[in-house]
Amino acid sequence: MIIEQIIWLPILTALIIVALGEKRSELSYKISLFISLLVFGLSVYVLYLFDPTTSGFQFVLKAQWIERFNINYHLGIDGISLPLILLTTFLTPIVIYTAKTTSKNKLHQYLASFLLLEGLMVGVFSAMDAFLFYVFWEAMLIPMFLIIGVWGGKNRIYATVKFFLYTFLGSVFMLIAIIYLYLKSGSYLITDFYYLPLQINQQIVIFLAFLFAFAVKIPMWPVHTWLPDAHVEAPTGGSVILAAVLLKMGGYGLLRFSLPILPEGSMTLAPLMIALSLIAIIYIGLVAIAQTDMKKLIAYSSISHMGFVTLGCFIFFIEANALNPETMNLAINGAMIQMISHGLISAALFLSIGVMYDRLHTREINDYGGIVTTMPKFATLMVFFALANAALPGTSGFVGELTVILATFKANGFIASLSALTLIIGAAYTLWMIKRVIFGPVKNEKINQLNDMNKIESISLGLLALSILILGVWPKPLIDLMNESINLLTLFITGT
Amino acid sequence: MLYQLSVLALVIPLIGGILVGFLGKTIGKTFTNTVTIFSVLASFLISSYILYTILNQPDLILNQNIYQWLEIGSYSFNIGLLIDNLTASMMVVVTFVSLMVHIYSIGYMHDDPGYHRFFSYISLFTFAMLSLVMANNFLQLFFGWEAVGVMSYLLIGFWFTKESAIKANFKAFIINRVGDMFLLLGISLLFSLSGSLDYSTVFSSGPMISNQLFFITEDWSVSALTLACVLLFGGAMGKSAQMPLHVWLPDSMEGPTPISALIHAATMVTAGVFMLARMSPLFELSESALSFVLIIGSITAITTGLLGLVQFDIKRVIAYSTLSQLGYMVVAAGVSAYSASLFHLMTHAFFKALLFLAAGSVIVALHHEQDIRNMGGLRKRLPVTYATSLIGTLALIGFPGFSGFFSKDALIEAVAHSSVYAHEFAYYCVLIGVFVTSLYSFRLLFIVFHGSLSEHNNNVKEPRLSIVLPLILLSIPSVFIAWPTVGPMVFDNFFSNSIVQPTSIELFGYEFTDSLHFLTHALSGPVTYIAISGIGVAYLFYIKQPEIPNKLALTFKPIYKLLREKYYFDYLYENILAKFFSSLGNSLWNLGDIKFIDNYIVNGTARKIESLSNKAQLLQSGYIYHYALMMMLGLSLFLGWVIINKIGMAS
Repeated sequence: MIIEQIIWLPILTALIIVALGEKRSELSYKISLFISLLVFGLSVYVLYLFDPTTSGFQFVLKAQWIERFNINYHLGIDGISLPLILLTTFLTPIVIYTAKTTSKNKLHQYLASFLLLEGLMVGVFSAMDAFLFYVFWEAMLIPMFLIIGVWGGKNRIYATVKFFLYTFLGSVFMLIAIIYLYLKSGSYLITDFYYLPLQINQQIVIFLAFLFAFAVKIPMWPVHTWLPDAHVEAPTGGSVILAAVLLKMGGYGLLRFSLPILPEGSMTLAPLMIALSLIAIIYIGLVAIAQTDMKKLIAYSSISHMGFVTLGCFIFFIEANALNPETMNLAINGAMIQMISHGLISAALFLSIGVMYDRLHTREINDYGGIVTTMPKFATLMVFFALANAALPGTSGFVGELTVILATFKANGFIASLSALTLIIGAAYTLWMIKRVIFGPVKNEKINQLNDMNKIESISLGLLALSILILGVWPKPLIDLMNESINLLTLFITGT
Repeated sequence: MLYQLSVLALVIPLIGGILVGFLGKTIGKTFTNTVTIFSVLASFLISSYILYTILNQPDLILNQNIYQWLEIGSYSFNIGLLIDNLTASMMVVVTFVSLMVHIYSIGYMHDDPGYHRFFSYISLFTFAMLSLVMANNFLQLFFGWEAVGVMSYLLIGFWFTKESAIKANFKAFIINRVGDMFLLLGISLLFSLSGSLDYSTVFSSGPMISNQLFFITEDWSVSALTLACVLLFGGAMGKSAQMPLHVWLPDSMEGPTPISALIHAATMVTAGVFMLARMSPLFELSESALSFVLIIGSITAITTGLLGLVQFDIKRVIAYSTLSQLGYMVVAAGVSAYSASLFHLMTHAFFKALLFLAAGSVIVALHHEQDIRNMGGLRKRLPVTYATSLIGTLALIGFPGFSGFFSKDALIEAVAHSSVYAHEFAYYCVLIGVFVTSLYSFRLLFIVFHGSLSEHNNNVKEPRLSIVLPLILLSIPSVFIAWPTVGPMVFDNFFSNSIVQPTSIELFGYEFTDSLHFLTHALSGPVTYIAISGIGVAYLFYIKQPEIPNKLALTFKPIYKLLREKYYFDYLYENILAKFFSSLGNSLWNLGDIKFIDNYIVNGTARKIESLSNKAQLLQSGYIYHYALMMMLGLSLFLGWVIINKIGMAS
């Protein structure tokens, strides 16, 4: 029941806020902040009630929806979805809280879009019925499309169309795959798909169909070029949610669909997936070095970091004694931590860029320099986020990369060495940006007159910094939360 | 009790650093320096007590986890402490030098607007360094390893408006990251072989691992243990600035001088040497890895020392000297004389911190002048600084009786008795190095303090007490520390519970009785005379006939240029490698992402669809027979497909 509230409460609030109209935007700001905090509180309560010692779905809710096709309104969460739901409900209040400083035009609709988006995203993470999953997945596009299209930058129409076409095209293939699986199993329950005896050829085809949808979302090379464009045009809040949560849909899909339903297909295509992951880590990392626009740089950095998620999801297939559950656990846990951690760090970095953009209205690295002189508090946090992005031990950014590299080395030392290049490349693009933007002599008169962070900015960035630090210093609670569900997942992958 | 004390010693500087970082600016300077100095003092006293306890109970080893960092399946990663003789000695050295630097900084940083930030950083650095040396597992080692790197990054770039400073700190971080990558890969390899990150588990599975092969290709394999050791040493090469990853250390002199003393001379840069000693149970199993260590160390010791001869920045001369001495420590580890290596690390920490702080005293006295060509004759104006610099210099070159004498002599003795591959090469390198060391050291001393005092330096006077006091305090161990300690630390089995190494007879071919006997024994070897001849040549070059060096530079112009250009390493890294990678990134972006994916595939598809739909328009001609034709075509295609399928099913 409580999961349902987490989904529908923000969606209903969104409708009310739109009805309230533009004139009462101050009221709608307060309402949406309150509701999003309430939703976060509810999800923390779920965390409290959640039993991490069992592997199955909890808080299950099932109601008939379309009887003829055996489609159910079927919700439930496990250790894989709960951390992602928490990430979503933690970031939405922050985005809403900062919305006031970043977006003044039609604030109420802006807030409504984010509330709507929040509900739908939680829906994706908690749907147990594949058709319901698909509905949430597609519906989520609409508010995101609006956020970029209405509140975006100059080139927003191009970016939205590109964003929409890519993600929409990808999901069509996923729909076909879901329908096919339904025809085979007579049910839309995702976990029923896990028991389907599928031939290897069928597995490969279905895998590719799912991959289209997930690869676009993650995004993986070569279907990644929509992301930098979308980020550049999106308003700050849009970028935050896009990078922090929307990209995780792809990784979540791999863990929920591809790996357990199609273990043999995954195994066959693992070399391809690993190659694409390495391209993301190295090629995209090098591309990030060349960026002159801060948002583009962080967008490319996101793609590069997501490479560790896909690497972690597939590396154990190529180990000499393949499907060793120990390596698999390590790798998948690593992929999950990397997703959560990247969610926090990319959110923090996009918010930080937003802080600067609100003041100077430019994202060009060359327009900056010497921020630390006039905004010392902000600079401290920004350097911290940058170091976290460069996977500094003690921050959450390190945990995922470490576990994935350890698992990768067990499978193949050569691939591990290539992936470890991120230590150099990641530090190079992030800290080079810091060097040019934050440090150095004060570049111009405008920077000389900057004010340091206001209360809203300090609280939001401070909270993110704190969570990045805590996860880095003590990741055990997060792992313990996921462990049992990942154990179950490995059982499905090994087919025992 | 020991456990609680160790935890306290570790976290007190952390708390001090955090308090000052958040509150220092609002409360004031006295608060800042009192809190940090007392926290480091407390840590130093506790460390000394721990060392004292351990000395009285020789077999006492504390190996305890503080908390579980994470647990996945059967893998458990922890944060924990390993307190043995090696750790305890390192703790005392680190906290003592840190304490001196804290006191010194009250005066040195007095007028700096970043006063609080500075104290917060150095306290946090002390915490990071302690967590590195106190680690009982590879995870925490790596944590401390990178944390000291970050503090070094922040402190080199402390004066962040200076373009040269932020260039230097970026460079230092990236080059250290190259080393860190090797370290992480080494750790991963050991993890994949032993299934654990704990020192004790990994070390005890060392003999088992040493038989295993690592397959680089299907038919090309190397010993997994050798590979792991070489990778770990790759990390040490970054942090301890060994060739060819040494280039960041001279540039790190952009940071405030107390930092150069604390981080870039006494503590952080010796982390690599410490790590070699800590990993001795593994390195001792691989002779090839030891040879590799030996060769890299020898090359570093000699080549970087030569660079010190042609520098004109007072701090850079000392920085090259540090590089060279780090090379010596690595050489000692390469011949398995870890105890000698650590002993040199300790004496070096004292006298090199002294030399840097003395250089800082000169710099402050001359109002931030660092070019030695503008100095001269300062001994009359800065008598204490001069006296302490002389002590530091004599210790550095290994003048008989000074601490550096004992450590360097023991080390060279070990090289002479070694049988590891490349030991002869190493021996010549370290011997020539002794001459070079005393030449550049006395060159610096003579140019700065001797000669004639220039006009505008006439009013120079000794800086305030908080600057001079640490010089005096550091002079004491620089002279005397080796006398009581060389016997137990180097020759007796002081480190036997933490380090695996051959017996001292095997290592040094010398039976130690007392320090005086060791001194006379050493005088029978060539080292002391080489060092003294270096002083003689320096005297000739820089006091008697100061025109000789210029003539030499003119005569051997290519060599001089090679040294001035630092063997072109900077050129290679900055102008070739860095440029290559950034332009590679640029072309991947422009050609791969924009041209190929976006313009060719994505927009190309869009154009294709557009042109197809244009063509489709042509089909809508309006003539009925066109449509009829189309329908017939379609129908026959469909029927054809059905028939083929049927046949296919039947057969």
